Amino acid sequence: MGERFESVDEVSTRLRGVDYLADPAIAGVVYLADRLGKPVLVEGPAGVGKTELAKSVAAATGSRLIRLQCYEGLDESKAIYEWNYKKQLLRIQADREHERDWETVESDIFSEPFLLTRPLLEAIRSTEPVVLLIDEVDRVEIETEALLLEVLSDFQVSIPELGTITGNQIPYVFLTSNNTRELSEALKRRCLFLHIDYPESDREKEIVRVRVPEIDAVLADQIAKVVGSIRKLDIKKAPSISETIDWARTLVYLGRNEVTPEVLGDTLHVLLKYQSDIAKARKELGVDAPPSIRK
Amino acid sequence: MTGRWARLDDAMTQTTRTGGSRLGDDARLLDVLQGFVHELREAGLPVSMTENLDAMRAIEHVPLADRGTLRTALAATLVKQAGHARVFDTIFEVYFSMFSPGVPAAGDENAAGDAARGESFEELRGAMDAGGAMGELSDEDLARLLLDALMRMDRNELQMIAAAAVARFAGMEPGRPVGGAYYLYRTLRRLDAEGLTGKMMERAREEGALGDGAFDERLATEEFEQRLKVLREMVEAEIRRRLVADRGVEAMARTLRKPLPEDVDFMHASREEMQQMQRAINPLTRALAARLAQRRRNRHRGQLDFRQTVRRSMQFGGVPVEPRFKRPRPSKPEIMVIADISGSVASFARFTLQFVYAMQSEFSKVRSWVFIDGIDEVTRFFDEADEVSQAISRVNTEADVVWVDGHSDYGHAFEVWHERHIREVTRKSTVILLGDARNNYHASQAWTIGEMRKRARRVFWLDPEPRGYWDTGDSIVSEYAPHCDGVYEVRNLRQLQRFVSDIVEA
Repeated sequence: MGERFESVDEVSTRLRGVDYLADPAIAGVVYLADRLGKPVLVEGPAGVGKTELAKSVAAATGSRLIRLQCYEGLDESKAIYEWNYKKQLLRIQADREHERDWETVESDIFSEPFLLTRPLLEAIRSTEPVVLLIDEVDRVEIETEALLLEVLSDFQVSIPELGTITGNQIPYVFLTSNNTRELSEALKRRCLFLHIDYPESDREKEIVRVRVPEIDAVLADQIAKVVGSIRKLDIKKAPSISETIDWARTLVYLGRNEVTPEVLGDTLHVLLKYQSDIAKARKELGVDAPPSIRK
Repeated sequence: MTGRWARLDDAMTQTTRTGGSRLGDDARLLDVLQGFVHELREAGLPVSMTENLDAMRAIEHVPLADRGTLRTALAATLVKQAGHARVFDTIFEVYFSMFSPGVPAAGDENAAGDAARGESFEELRGAMDAGGAMGELSDEDLARLLLDALMRMDRNELQMIAAAAVARFAGMEPGRPVGGAYYLYRTLRRLDAEGLTGKMMERAREEGALGDGAFDERLATEEFEQRLKVLREMVEAEIRRRLVADRGVEAMARTLRKPLPEDVDFMHASREEMQQMQRAINPLTRALAARLAQRRRNRHRGQLDFRQTVRRSMQFGGVPVEPRFKRPRPSKPEIMVIADISGSVASFARFTLQFVYAMQSEFSKVRSWVFIDGIDEVTRFFDEADEVSQAISRVNTEADVVWVDGHSDYGHAFEVWHERHIREVTRKSTVILLGDARNNYHASQAWTIGEMRKRARRVFWLDPEPRGYWDTGDSIVSEYAPHCDGVYEVRNLRQLQRFVSDIVEA
């Protein structure tokens, strides 16, 4: 792998260039991933920018993003490679007249032109720089996880009919997990671990300002503080960063330049998605219901 | 590696010069790292050989003097579970306290380089003396400077004030084998940490920075409390640094060693540990539920599904190439929990109830009773509440559990239960009894448990005390044990998880 980042600071700066504000821990791990050539396992609550990180690293390094979305039942033929059966059949039929011996035909139909590459193989064989994103890896069964191991540790894929395909490069690999189940030790051992939590108030303010450039600095500051305060409540679903940004946009569209209790009351549903959460936040923050509900 | 050692020495002499602590001159990076990893393992973190090697490779790439990045590098390679981060942090602080920024000394270019720094910074730096206590300043001056620094949230100034406060107020005595909690308490009390939020609010109001109304006030209070937390952490770090300098890394690490949330003993958990356990419960139950679902899927197949098989055979011209099977319906047990919630075992009962209710989907029905010397059914609290924690707090405040004097009486509670509910126990019920069986020398009425067992599928007893304490004093576990299908020692979340997984699978 070409050394793509010179220092931790450079990681921060370049990610900032693509509108991703990394805290020191995030920048540090991205830098190490580059230096050690190891995949990064990113974990944390929904909506803190795990997937966004991979996309931003791709953008910052000018790499192509290859994404493998995980789901229950994902298998080798969807993740790594598959033989193009239809093409193979056609080939066999086309060969009938020539009466060639079976061995020739076999070595012919199990060759590269008949191989369908899926994300993992594609990432390994790519000649241009790539970032491989394996999204929501906690959704696959534990047996399927094993498929990833060879790719993640040696950056190679073994295909019985073809032999082992080794990568041209060690790509950046990001795995994301919402921690719905414990991942296997084997997988964790091969990765650097990065836990991303909700951002501190200052960083969230910066994120809002970067994502909603037309926003007033004072308002952004208030937004970050209010959201931080709401996250401290004991609620079902804390507002994610993307919800903070949505809220900021809403306030800008509504032409508000200050968060007052009334404004918050009218727009709380942008931040919170459960009625019980909204009610709780209203009560705790001393915010009234909007006029339509107010009697 | 030699080059790195030299750099470590540099880094250490630098911090030593700037007033940080001294770690023996012969310390070597590898030794420190190996000691560190050893301590992580002692604390229960599963650090493998590969991860150890990764950590060694990782620190090749980071500047040692940059403690934050060093921390990131070690955490990313050695800790693979978010719940273990706190234990890691504590150990890291002890082993690498020599790299903390410490107090910038007079004449330190980096610290003085910032031209924008105000007068108070100069005042502070001028007052710096050999001991770091800033003897020139009176306590009042220090308090004033602290309030200023907090209002502006100037971390450098806070750092210096924290160091001075520890030197002045903590009254640290060398050689004492303590963890520093007392020193922290003394320092914070002398700084009037309790009253500082109020003072900051007052100041903010004077400056007109605070809007009126409860809403603004709440936000400001939260903000100021956050700042005080930073101060508190700085004081804590300073105390730790001094303690490590005094007693050495290993001794300190041993004193401060904390168990992982899943290993904390229910009966001796501190408030903070309780909160951590609270957070650990949901991931644990989720992990368990996912594993059980998996196993259920993989379990042997059921009867032939004739309809599906015929339907499937259509695509092969009516030949049943792929027989289909029905999935066996999992038999979900009905759970009855009867818990002692008297003082000594209250938190154990709380966590167990919480765990069982979080796993509710694995059971066909969950009913619960709590008792001290009287007994009350609390199922309704759990059915009504949105969240388990709400129900638990209602159990603590509303359940009617006192009969005579509020001292545990297992015998009476079981007798009453037997009278009211024994007919509701069926072959599908699994009864779980929670408590330390310390019966205050009342009659055991163990026959009631025998009756339960006759009717129930299984009866289990969970005891939060270490096995060695059973049947000592007024504990009478062994009187109940013969009537149970199993008696388990459940002292922490890990053991609790194992038990629940056993009963769901069996």
